[in-house]
Amino acid sequence: MKGALLGPQRLKPTLIEVVRALAIDGTVATVTAGWQEREDQDDDLNAHLGHKAVNLKLYVRGEQVLHDDPEFSAAHRARQDKLKQMQDYYRLRLAATLEAALDIARRSAGSELEHDEAEFSTKILRELDDDHAQRCAALRDEFDARTKPFERDAIVKHRRELQQILNGCQAIAIAGGHVAVLLNRLRMFGLTQLLKDQVLFAWSGGAMVTGDRVVLFHEDPPQGQGVAEVMDLGLGLHHGLTPLPSPRQRLKLEDRQRVSWFARRMAPSRCITFDNGEYVLFEGRRFYGASGTQWLQSSGEVSSRWSS
Amino acid sequence: MVVVSELAIQALAHSKPSAAAIELFIRRNKFPIVEGNQVTFCFRGDAEHVNLKSWVYGLPNSQAFTRIPETNLWYITLQLPAKSRVEYKIEVVRGTRAEWIMDPLNQYLARDPFGANSVAHGEGYQYPDWIRPDPEARVGTIEDWAIDSQAFGGKRMLQIYRPARFRKSRQYPLLFVHDGRDYLAFTGMKGILDTLIHRLEIPDLVVAFSTSSDRLKEYADDERHAKFVTEEAVPHLEKHLPLIGRPRGRCLMGASFGGVASFSTACRYPGFYGRLLLQSGSFAFSDIGHQNQRGPAFEPVIKFMNRYRAAPAQVSERVFMSCGMHESLIYENRSLVPMLQSTGMELKYVEARDGHNWENWRDRMREALSWLFPGPLLMVYE
Repeated sequence: MKGALLGPQRLKPTLIEVVRALAIDGTVATVTAGWQEREDQDDDLNAHLGHKAVNLKLYVRGEQVLHDDPEFSAAHRARQDKLKQMQDYYRLRLAATLEAALDIARRSAGSELEHDEAEFSTKILRELDDDHAQRCAALRDEFDARTKPFERDAIVKHRRELQQILNGCQAIAIAGGHVAVLLNRLRMFGLTQLLKDQVLFAWSGGAMVTGDRVVLFHEDPPQGQGVAEVMDLGLGLHHGLTPLPSPRQRLKLEDRQRVSWFARRMAPSRCITFDNGEYVLFEGRRFYGASGTQWLQSSGEVSSRWSS
Repeated sequence: MVVVSELAIQALAHSKPSAAAIELFIRRNKFPIVEGNQVTFCFRGDAEHVNLKSWVYGLPNSQAFTRIPETNLWYITLQLPAKSRVEYKIEVVRGTRAEWIMDPLNQYLARDPFGANSVAHGEGYQYPDWIRPDPEARVGTIEDWAIDSQAFGGKRMLQIYRPARFRKSRQYPLLFVHDGRDYLAFTGMKGILDTLIHRLEIPDLVVAFSTSSDRLKEYADDERHAKFVTEEAVPHLEKHLPLIGRPRGRCLMGASFGGVASFSTACRYPGFYGRLLLQSGSFAFSDIGHQNQRGPAFEPVIKFMNRYRAAPAQVSERVFMSCGMHESLIYENRSLVPMLQSTGMELKYVEARDGHNWENWRDRMREALSWLFPGPLLMVYE
């Protein structure tokens, strides 16, 4: 697949720039399901794209499915509750592990053990992240095997319509918003399986859910420690990059220790920041043509020069 | 912390300064002068006496300035712990006339319903960045809303805040604010709501700003007030606005007597409000009898608090309490904490080195609101 990952578009829209750079002149399917009830408030987006856009309306379709198929709806609700509980437990484990890691880092500072202990702490955090993502995936697989969503009338009907729309589209543009809702709707209709050779444009939360893993982060929250956490596996439409939108609001890039931990924890995936309007193009596993964006390095430095 | 061997004012005083030297001193320093935990207030002018008037519990309300001999420069140095905020005025006594003025050398003012005070900041105090308007934030709206009240026998006005991008198809929590007009005027609460919502630190909220013309009576455990809020205003709002309409989506908020109004209303309707935000509540009580030193307005408060203290009960789910360490109410607030905790309510209690004033209440708002109503900042990336 090829396409572009972008930063927030509200204050500095650059989507049309990359659409043109990738020579897209046909219709673009848009996904604004992350905006939830505001899904249909896409006038600005359509105007920006020159009205060659058709909204797939995945949020409202999802609501219809949950209304029309009570059995599926109940199972879906139970699964979401379980995922939420698992996220809470993972968060508790993560906080305790990180606290221990920080304590050990303080105590071992300057000693012979410092490096090994830091490596070991990172390893444990990475294992927690991986296990959590795999457990979420296993729960979803079990749900799919049990409920067979793509064989249910309520969903089949929409998938057929979506396939028809996508057949007439040269690209798909996925906006950000609430990442759990967005990922949920994209999965509910198996959107990745409906894509053929469309080019992908995804920004903010959209870029996050279309990668290998969805990483939630905010290092300066009003409550709590601000520890990044893995939410789930992503859709795998692009690989090797963890998008971090709105870094000025969400990251402490001047804190080298934090930057280093973040980078080492997510490696080999590269942690790349996307401020307003910034973007990078990709084709397969190759990223190129970055405008803005920064790379969090394991050394603790942040570099604006990166490529793959 | 900076360790200071000789304060700037001491160095000046020892130099037997000329008028020109004093002029230079005034021009070169920011006032009050903060040196480590020592804060020096200065006043230049002819007077018989100059006094510092402040409202810091534990310190005298009035403290005399010293004049540098053969000059018209007066000063007083106080110890002020890091991150403190103190509101004050300067009393200038000339002949038989004593005048309270704001510090002419200090640009920082805090406004309140009685006018304004000068503000001294201890070392390390920083204005929270979220109190300034965020140019990226979408802006909510405020409209007047009239409610017929049988409890009070007449019309009551509310000001209703709706968040930017308000939609009828959503369900919003309701925050009911006592002394609403003052919160809007003296804490800039509308802009704070816009910013915290924009930053996703709190969810979209509907806020009802309520104001009483007789607050000392109506907010002091007055049955009519509790009835108005719970049986008239909230049901009316829940009927006409898309509100969650369950305890976890209802919060009462208030400061001082507004804190009493919030708490006493929740006590009269236990379980109806799932969230309480109580700032510097005037929770006066007595251990023997109902006598108090605070004046007749407190009598119903003391009766109410004594009743509650005799039989503490869980009346809400989550309670955020804050109080300034410089307030006389700190004792009452601190003593209420274990009592509320013992009932099983989830409680967060925060103290600040500040007084009984609107900027103290403003500065605690982010922590309070984001704890009572956590926003979706970890899940939403626009």
